[in-house]
Amino acid sequence: MPEPVPPKDEGAIAPTGFGASMDLATSDGETVEPAGPGDRGPDERARSLWSDAWRDLRRNPIFIVSGLIILFLVFIAIWPQAIASGNPLSCDLAKAQEGSQPGHPFGFTSQGCDVYTRTVYGARASVTVGVCATLGVAIVGTALGGLAGFFGGFWDSILSRVTDIFFGIPVVLGGLVLLSVVTSSSVWPVVGFMVLLGWPQISRIARGSVITIKQNDFVQAARALGASNSRMMLRHVLPNAVAPVIVVATIALGTYIALEATLSYLGVGLKPPSVSWGIDISDASKFIRNAPHMLLWPAGALAITVLAFIMLGDAVRDALDPKLR
Amino acid sequence: MGRYVIRRLLQMIPVFIGATLLIFLMVNVMGDPIAGLCGERQCDPATAAQLRREFGLDKPVWQQYAIYMGNVFTGDFGTAFNGQEVTELMGTAFPVTIRLTIVAIVFEIIIGITLGVLTGLRRGRPVDSGVLLLTLVVISVPTFVTGLIVQLLFGVKWDLISPSVSSAAPLDELIVPGLVLASVSLAYVTRLTRTSIAENTRADYVRTAVAKGLPRHRVITRHLLRNSLIPVVTFIGTDIGALMGGAIVTERIFNIHGVGFQLYQGILRQNTQTVVGFVTILVIIFLLANLLVDLLYAVLDPRIRYA
Repeated sequence: MPEPVPPKDEGAIAPTGFGASMDLATSDGETVEPAGPGDRGPDERARSLWSDAWRDLRRNPIFIVSGLIILFLVFIAIWPQAIASGNPLSCDLAKAQEGSQPGHPFGFTSQGCDVYTRTVYGARASVTVGVCATLGVAIVGTALGGLAGFFGGFWDSILSRVTDIFFGIPVVLGGLVLLSVVTSSSVWPVVGFMVLLGWPQISRIARGSVITIKQNDFVQAARALGASNSRMMLRHVLPNAVAPVIVVATIALGTYIALEATLSYLGVGLKPPSVSWGIDISDASKFIRNAPHMLLWPAGALAITVLAFIMLGDAVRDALDPKLR
Repeated sequence: MGRYVIRRLLQMIPVFIGATLLIFLMVNVMGDPIAGLCGERQCDPATAAQLRREFGLDKPVWQQYAIYMGNVFTGDFGTAFNGQEVTELMGTAFPVTIRLTIVAIVFEIIIGITLGVLTGLRRGRPVDSGVLLLTLVVISVPTFVTGLIVQLLFGVKWDLISPSVSSAAPLDELIVPGLVLASVSLAYVTRLTRTSIAENTRADYVRTAVAKGLPRHRVITRHLLRNSLIPVVTFIGTDIGALMGGAIVTERIFNIHGVGFQLYQGILRQNTQTVVGFVTILVIIFLLANLLVDLLYAVLDPRIRYA
């Protein structure tokens, strides 16, 4: 009675090549893997997978472009004054909804704030939320999923049921319910919420990956040589199992930035006086007929940011997944 | 097969209880529902106490949950604070959202799988790269931005559709909102089909089919597509729940009075019964869709048999 093992993670990011057992349902052609540089000894393979991937990435124009965009975003998130001299919170109602002017290339918002300055300063909220939420989700998800996959048994089944429960709750809905009581305007409630609802995605992938790696001969050999559980986990399993987690986490970073903007648009994410693209888009959407420029600049910045992270994740996936070459 | 279905249904029970309990607790964290009833004013303590008794809010949370679930299984989803039956609200909201979801899924299946097959068979050609780039852009632009821009272009600038949907929400008015709702998933379906097709074109059974002289279209439809669709079916199945939940944003943009609209109103007005009731139904739909997907495996892949 075979239980189907569907790749239940999101489509574009199915980590098919990391181990044959990830997709049992289509495992017929698995044995014809091209014997590439990845087929040497297990310990050497771990190293050569990463150096191989890095060599690949450096030649990939998508990686270079998205990497440059992300570096630029991080730069203006840390130091927005470098390219925007104004204050995002100083507004002049007399100029509300006006279009482009000398010194104010993107025009003004409905409150008369400078759209250019606000768009530049908005990067900080998005990058902070994205990076912190991803780190939190990756750490919690890998720890729980990894432990469950490594030890199996009772806690493993409990964890699987718990992830099922979390998958049953639509994310935007959970955000509306939980964040509608928060009055703080800082980013931390939003980050906390994303970690709370996001970890099952990573834990499922980490669990699958650890179970695959655990069955390899080199792990059994380490056990036979008397290695302790913690040594096996940290020295042998984790370094080999972490690749799919990195790929999914990179792509998830982009989706967390989009989620923050969506929640801010619905009025429960970041709140003024925070400067966020989602807040600005939400304000602008009420005046979409008269002043579409107020919508297009922050929306464009948001789209480019999310695109950059998803492209980066794609490039990393292609580099780490030899099967698709 | 029958035993498998029963086992799966039994496995659903803890997940169902967990998910509804989680939402129930979240809603209870939301704050004092009675405060919302008196509007801006402070409630009179005696009135508040009476209302609390009336709605059973003076009992501990776990007891409230047990009573609520007991009522749900007799078909009583409670009364919204404005006196309207929650089932009545559901009766008007769910048909609208189900229509919207069906439109979205039809788009996903027709456009997504077609594009995925086209690009998967032409890996590395200009068509492939073009569609791939397009899907990346669609995935990157959040749904609410897509929706607002579509509304601006089609509804306001070109006047092709009405920018907001009427309260009856007939199918033809839901086509554009359905496309917006489907957009991100559609891109995922395209990419997933493409990867799956591209992987399976190298499989032994396809080579065998070609070698025994089958015409190309038969190899593609009968052998390649059938096997490649398994992950796609999984994705679309799990997506049903996500689409109905994600409809909050789309319904807000196009002013559609469906599930998302009712939920949003319920949350804003701290209307516990409405929120928990709607979410309970959404969770059930999600779980049943997942079961359906697993049963469809056996249809698509004859190697899988459920005892």
